[in-house]
Amino acid sequence: MIRIWIPADTAALAAGADETAAAFEEAAQARGVEIDIARNGSRGMLWLEPLVEAGMNHDRIAFGPVRAADAASVLDAILDGKEHPLGHGRTVEMPWLAHQERLTFARVGVIDPLDLADYEAHAGLTGLRKALTMEPAAICAEVLESGLRGRGGAGFPAGIKWKTVLDQKAERKYVACNADEGDSGTFADRMLMEGDPLLMVEAMTIAGIATGATEGYIYIRSEYPRAIAQMKAAIAVMEGAGWLGENIQGSGHSFRMKVRRGAGAYICGEESSMLQSIEGKRGTVRVKPPIPAISGLFGQPTVINNVLTLASVPLIIDRGAAFYKNYGVGRSHGTQPFQLAGNIKRGGLVEKAFGITIRELIEGFGGGTASGRPFRTAQIGGPLGAYVSEDMLDLPMDYEAMATHQAMVGHGGVVVFDDTVDMAEMARFAFEFCEEESCGKCTPCRIGAIRGKETVEKILRGENVAKNIALIDDLCELMRDGSLCAMGGLTPMPVLSAIRLFPEDFDRATPVAAE
Amino acid sequence: MLDETDPRVTAAAEICASHAYDPAELIEILHELQDREGYIAEETLPAIAQLLNISRAEVHGVVSFYHDFRREPAGKVVVKICRAESCQSMGASKLIARICERYNTDLGTTSRAGVTIEQVFCLGLCAQSPAAMLNGRFIGHATEEGLDTAIVEALS
Repeated sequence: MIRIWIPADTAALAAGADETAAAFEEAAQARGVEIDIARNGSRGMLWLEPLVEAGMNHDRIAFGPVRAADAASVLDAILDGKEHPLGHGRTVEMPWLAHQERLTFARVGVIDPLDLADYEAHAGLTGLRKALTMEPAAICAEVLESGLRGRGGAGFPAGIKWKTVLDQKAERKYVACNADEGDSGTFADRMLMEGDPLLMVEAMTIAGIATGATEGYIYIRSEYPRAIAQMKAAIAVMEGAGWLGENIQGSGHSFRMKVRRGAGAYICGEESSMLQSIEGKRGTVRVKPPIPAISGLFGQPTVINNVLTLASVPLIIDRGAAFYKNYGVGRSHGTQPFQLAGNIKRGGLVEKAFGITIRELIEGFGGGTASGRPFRTAQIGGPLGAYVSEDMLDLPMDYEAMATHQAMVGHGGVVVFDDTVDMAEMARFAFEFCEEESCGKCTPCRIGAIRGKETVEKILRGENVAKNIALIDDLCELMRDGSLCAMGGLTPMPVLSAIRLFPEDFDRATPVAAE
Repeated sequence: MLDETDPRVTAAAEICASHAYDPAELIEILHELQDREGYIAEETLPAIAQLLNISRAEVHGVVSFYHDFRREPAGKVVVKICRAESCQSMGASKLIARICERYNTDLGTTSRAGVTIEQVFCLGLCAQSPAAMLNGRFIGHATEEGLDTAIVEALS
């Protein structure tokens, strides 16, 4: 029987993967052949979704994008071993995939996501098996030594957080996984939870063992219903097999996990808002100190990490810190799953070691703009990240190098714009977004966003442009220095980068009032 | 005392019971109530507060804080269109304006035909911008014509 892989990732479903799968069933029946359809995660070549594959393991051949109407002819090509206009040859040899360094995403799109045997056959559980034989302090040390930094955007060394929680004496400790991936241009957390959810359970369990935490929450935004369903199913699979719950595999370690659904608030991606939300409260930011590692969820010591940070851990434990640390540049170790989005010809997921240039991502992998018009800018690191100009494209994706140029890696999202973009409008939108999503606790963010939006609107109308730009500069300094969290603190980043790099867009032609 | 003659209140009470009256589960309780009733009726708030042993202000605070919770029923068709940067780079603003014009409604309101058009910031389909969601179904590379066809289909 031939195995046909048709992704059930949300991105594939949004391109009609369910209809394609139904069409394959129908075509197989009409031909009197038996096929075994498996629903995998996505390989991340999102312009080719639904990407259909035939065969097993590394011997799979790919076709895409396969709409329902193409199913019959693709099935014929598979059965007869013939060429097809939608064929791409062996999946692993496709240049987009072959040029990546997939560590975190090694299994995504490859395995049947909830099949524990398939997971184990592809190196799943190796990290947890080893962690069960190690001292908690040794696990924390390994994570610290690997150089792993927070992939949510802040880039804080994960090992330091873990060690801090381990050193706390408390009745109960928690692991809280931040899966509130609200940044525009990012979808890596979603793809990972949908395509390799068992990995998240394994990773959080290791974090529990390493820090003495016995309960874990994964906070997933409500816009990701499929990720929520996959994670709940994965928890049940791991509990059923004795890899989660009381006395894991007879080791004496216990760890329980729960999924928490968000409710459409961007701010809940900020760690202390997320804790408030997990506790069933308004997602308002908490004042630090105390840091969550000392007093976090329900007032107890809590490890908070992003999905991608935690997902890197099983491999680090299995292969050792040195293996992971070898990837990357400077103080940015390991790989980052970058996400190519917006006006881009070949959008999707590119996992590469830190140090790849923005140009390699946008032009090499991405193939330039989708519209075919000239590139104008890219916003990197989400809605609070900076816009970059064409002459910055040779910058390496590296926390420090980006920071030197007043930009940031963030969660690795790259949103491309062509030359039709109005950067003054994007600056206005950055303030509007902050106004919509501010939790309201601190004044610089709550009021600053509104005043900022109004002031850019004056510029858009051509009113006292120079004076109003000076006012925005001043306001941004206040928001950056006076806000409680990154929402108000980083909104100046897209605004000021737009003004600095694209001043011509702010030079509105019809001034109505003289200086 | 709970008003047991109001089915929305009894639904809320059932859901609270299924979560062992744990106030930390408030957001999940509200989600389930909205999934069942279509919205969070004002009349249910005092009941939830009483059952979870928290103040009405706390329940109100949570309901009003999160964008997901609606205070009034939505239309038969709910279309959420992403307005975040990635979707803007592929013309989301124009798409929203045209769809709103076609159904003679504004963002966040319901048309006479029963179509609610709402903004959303990111559906995680940023490589397939502009993205939309229609009654829970995801749509990549959304176009005016495509959305219109899907809306008409969902209305009938």
